[in-house]
Amino acid sequence: MSTVPDDLRYSKEHEWVRADGEIATIGITHFAQEQLGDVVFVELPEKGATVRQFSSLGVVESVKAASDIYSPVSGEVMERNVKVIESPELVNDAPYGDGWMIKVRLADKGELRQLLSPADYRSHIGETAGAGGD
Amino acid sequence: MATAPATLRRTPLYERHAALGAKMVAFAGYEMPIQYAGIVAEHRAVRSGAGLFDLSHMGEFHFTGAGAGAVVDRLVSSDVAALAPGQARYGLLCNERGTIVDDVIVYRVADAQYLMVVNAANLAKDRAHVLAHLGNDAAFEDRSLGTALVAIQGPRAAEILASRAEADVRGLPSFAVTHGNVAGAPATIARTGYTGEDGFEVFVSNDAATRIWDALLAAGSEAGIVPVGLGARDTLRLEARYSLYGNEIDETTDPIEAGLAWTCRLEKDFLGRDAIAARKAQGPSRRIVGLVLEGGVARHGHEVTADGRVVGRVTSGTYGPTVDKNIALAYVPTGISKVGTAVAVRIRGRDVPATVVKTPFYRRPE
Repeated sequence: MSTVPDDLRYSKEHEWVRADGEIATIGITHFAQEQLGDVVFVELPEKGATVRQFSSLGVVESVKAASDIYSPVSGEVMERNVKVIESPELVNDAPYGDGWMIKVRLADKGELRQLLSPADYRSHIGETAGAGGD
Repeated sequence: MATAPATLRRTPLYERHAALGAKMVAFAGYEMPIQYAGIVAEHRAVRSGAGLFDLSHMGEFHFTGAGAGAVVDRLVSSDVAALAPGQARYGLLCNERGTIVDDVIVYRVADAQYLMVVNAANLAKDRAHVLAHLGNDAAFEDRSLGTALVAIQGPRAAEILASRAEADVRGLPSFAVTHGNVAGAPATIARTGYTGEDGFEVFVSNDAATRIWDALLAAGSEAGIVPVGLGARDTLRLEARYSLYGNEIDETTDPIEAGLAWTCRLEKDFLGRDAIAARKAQGPSRRIVGLVLEGGVARHGHEVTADGRVVGRVTSGTYGPTVDKNIALAYVPTGISKVGTAVAVRIRGRDVPATVVKTPFYRRPE
């Protein structure tokens, strides 16, 4: 699996978005979970809450420290990942899969254009193009 | 005014840490490994097999001469005078106010020779404190910079060390110290540690550090030994409820409220003795307690609340990988320090329920 999948958009704060029509799934990147280390606690907004682009949507805590998760897009929370709250290690094991955080109904699809492409995100984290890896 | 950039010291094992892919952080003036494979994996390896630690940043003070025992006994809160050669004891350096300058282990390494191991962050302060009370009956030498310290901890530590040591390490009692070659290099070997597991601390000169490190990693490979960083060192000690200087104890805390009365032999004369005895007679107004949280990780400095009112402060908090709970130590008023008391920890403005529990959080199986 590439550490920066080609079908996602990214924020500079290391969140990813997978847009599917009106619905966007949000998580944190492989790079982010690697920097954090073992994730032991995740705090996420409830269904129906509103998140704003580049504002904090929740918190992820590793053994050593707490870090904000910034929402890459604005919208209403349709679902939060209950599995990741119960098993925070999913963030480390599958950051782009079972470790997703929330699904939102996009308030403005135009916001996606303000996010980084996979190539831009790779250079943002200092990964050379094509050097996918694990 | 411009100040020179602080340069960090490196231990003799720095190149090894780099080769092992460690994440390095600044700690007590040293560039130290905080983790290699990951804090939780390293923590588990120490509980189930063995872990190897570079603790070369720690300080080693040597006291020699006919009066050495008396000098150290006056400096340290615990019964150092009772130590036979080859025995060690945990204790506190206190000031005249009865608060804590540092926590140390004193090893009587030979008849008239004592080794005091101090925290790296307190090294300069401790040296000044010791020199101010040394007198003329003992010689003092700070050998911190020339001494490397490698700890091997975990249920398989004894067999691994025994395979590379020319000393009876299996037969060495807890808190005992001996001398012998490890991987061919002369070493001081103590059955002490800071993890809640069986284990050893091996003191060698700097030039032998890599030889011993490499030999123990190789000897332990079948037993699953891993290098362990400061991150897991902290989660291991917290589960075992060992105090960390700067968190649970400092110069604003006394041994009674810190739960360290057992380290104070009030029947003898030592620095801070009178103030500590008075504090004990009076009864402490606050106490350190263990907390288990439901839904959130407590951190150093978080407020403890009861019925919405701030009553205390968290000194250390983490997720405990072995107990699989979010655990913390905190100072609370004596009146709400009983096991079973419901309190809360204020995390990001929210009061997260917590319960006062018995400590240690983890005790190793017999």
